[in-house]
Amino acid sequence: MNKNVLITLITACLLFLGACGNSAIQSTSGTNEKTESSSGGNESIKIGALLPNSGVYASLGKNLNRGMELYFEEINWEVEGKKIEIINEDSEADPQVSLRKTRKLIEQDNIDILTGTVSTAVAYAIRDEVDSKRMPFLVSHAGGNDLTRSKRSDYIWRSSFSSWQIGNSMGEWAYENVGKKIYLTAADYAFGKEVSAAFKEAYTAAGGKIAGEVYPPLENNDYSSYLTTISGSDADAVYAFFAGSDAVRFVQQYEQYGVKEKMPLIGSGWLVSEDLRASQGNASEGTLAATFWDYNLQTDENKKFVTAYEKKYGERPTLESLEGYDAARIIAEAVKSLKGDVSDSKKVVDAFSEVNFQSPRGEFKFDKETHHVIQDMYITKAKLVDGKSENEVIGTVKQVKDPGK
Amino acid sequence: MDIIGAQLVNGVSYGLLLFVITCGLALVFGILGVLNLAHGSLYMIGAYIAYSVTVNSTENFWIALIIAPIAVALLSLLIETTLLRLTYHLGHLSQVLLTFGLAYVFHDLASMVWGSNVLTVALPPSLSGTTTLFNQNFPTYRLVVIGIGLVLAAALWFIQEKTRWGAIIRAGLCDKEMISALGINIKLVLTIVFIIGGFLAGFGGVIAAPILGLYPSMEFQTLILALVVLVIGGLGSIAGTFAASILIGLVETFSKYLMPELSLFLVFGLMAVILVVKPNGLLGKKVA
Repeated sequence: MNKNVLITLITACLLFLGACGNSAIQSTSGTNEKTESSSGGNESIKIGALLPNSGVYASLGKNLNRGMELYFEEINWEVEGKKIEIINEDSEADPQVSLRKTRKLIEQDNIDILTGTVSTAVAYAIRDEVDSKRMPFLVSHAGGNDLTRSKRSDYIWRSSFSSWQIGNSMGEWAYENVGKKIYLTAADYAFGKEVSAAFKEAYTAAGGKIAGEVYPPLENNDYSSYLTTISGSDADAVYAFFAGSDAVRFVQQYEQYGVKEKMPLIGSGWLVSEDLRASQGNASEGTLAATFWDYNLQTDENKKFVTAYEKKYGERPTLESLEGYDAARIIAEAVKSLKGDVSDSKKVVDAFSEVNFQSPRGEFKFDKETHHVIQDMYITKAKLVDGKSENEVIGTVKQVKDPGK
Repeated sequence: MDIIGAQLVNGVSYGLLLFVITCGLALVFGILGVLNLAHGSLYMIGAYIAYSVTVNSTENFWIALIIAPIAVALLSLLIETTLLRLTYHLGHLSQVLLTFGLAYVFHDLASMVWGSNVLTVALPPSLSGTTTLFNQNFPTYRLVVIGIGLVLAAALWFIQEKTRWGAIIRAGLCDKEMISALGINIKLVLTIVFIIGGFLAGFGGVIAAPILGLYPSMEFQTLILALVVLVIGGLGSIAGTFAASILIGLVETFSKYLMPELSLFLVFGLMAVILVVKPNGLLGKKVA
């Protein structure tokens, strides 16, 4: 009796395994056919999207993808009679994994253009591979300064931002509008350090003084000790760079420890970003931030983008959605100017350099020398509207251009 | 002087928060000898349940404080009876592997149910005010956490040292066979201890959620902190866990204040030193 049950179970397992194995084999042969037909006919433009679908950055990757899909849908996934095809690979925000997947995208999938990477470490890791394979790479998020400075490549163009742009744009504005003495705090990792260094440089150049600096570790649980120290200083205001769960905790604890009453909080757009303010609640009220796009930017292009996005996904776009949307547009514009012929990668990047349009974030154009976007930066202030925190654009820093060195 | 006083309050509050998070793990490890690497996950589930219960009304925090620990306790009952019990005779390695595997399963389940956004649990108005001590504003809730930590520590110590139940549990730790020879159902005792451990993990999740927030991989971060407390405090000792929690809270707070560059290193450095000087932890008992 027992033996029979066992045999049945084993048979069931074998059957189950067999079914899985079959479908796996079928699906691989399916993709093989697809690649053959499309590379042979060369009828579609293949875009490799290297974005994180898992791990801490998963939601950023998801929003970048959604932005791209929204734009391509608006143009019916077609440019100059050619189909647009996105091939997604999960970067896992891991440099090693990403390098392997970049090779796979270039060698097996025969992509024409690569886009993506949320993590700067990933962008640095695949830089040489992209450069040596002459693969046009449109960086749609990763903001490390060096990608368009010492690690610049003919084939790498960045449409998002650089740490320098984020930090620098707030420097002079803060000196003139917020206070003459500031306490500096940022998460202790490359991006946080780069942004705060750029802010410090611009702020002190304008005449401001730094009351003190402290760099809590990334993913820090408790800011109470830092806040007590900051609160005891004689600073007029606090500049902070934090993102994700750190930003939620910092902004909340900043209010709870009563520092907000004494010193206004300024920072970058990530401190009070669209996807965090709901969790931060009213604590974000009054926070000033520098960013290159905001949900409440009152331009026709932005209103159109926001309405279309909300209609399709039923939630508000974030900064990353906009980055994906613009990246898709840049690719489409470049392909259009080449009449759909993307076979010469040098011509593709030359076409990138000429792209110029009105984006939801404002006028979009590249700096041909650094391969980095020149853009207006906005100063936003979080206000309470009907009991909910909303950012309002209160200032613009025109045409911020990364120095490229 | 004020700033030292304020930092002292910060340190004690953080330390007691650590104690609330860790005591369940310490109890299970001390008595069952099972290093429950899914402890962080149970904590996380408690926190997420608290989020779901309070998302529409902050007053529901009190309900969450009851529901979440009970739900996590029931989950622990399921884990203990269906999986963990089978590994008692297999030794530590299989238990570590099993609970570590469970941690990954819970990680994916949580991201399927609650998504990967950063969430927070809002406090009811009665707890969300501020209190001034040493010329410094403190969130009232931080002071409440100090109270909760102290009460919990006293209750656990009393149960373990002064009641018949505690005596059975302590006896079970020393010699499982002897105690079952005395007519006590040791299997039942182990199940109950594991359920209490789960209850405490869920309770810790609710208490910590308004301060630490909810985000993907929160459970692994919590687990590491809890393991450090466990190692420094020593095994099978509630008093040791308590002392270690306060010590880490103070060391971390003051190192962030005095030499912020070293704060991460100091806690782990402290653990290394204690492992060398007192391998059984501050107040730990000798384990075979």
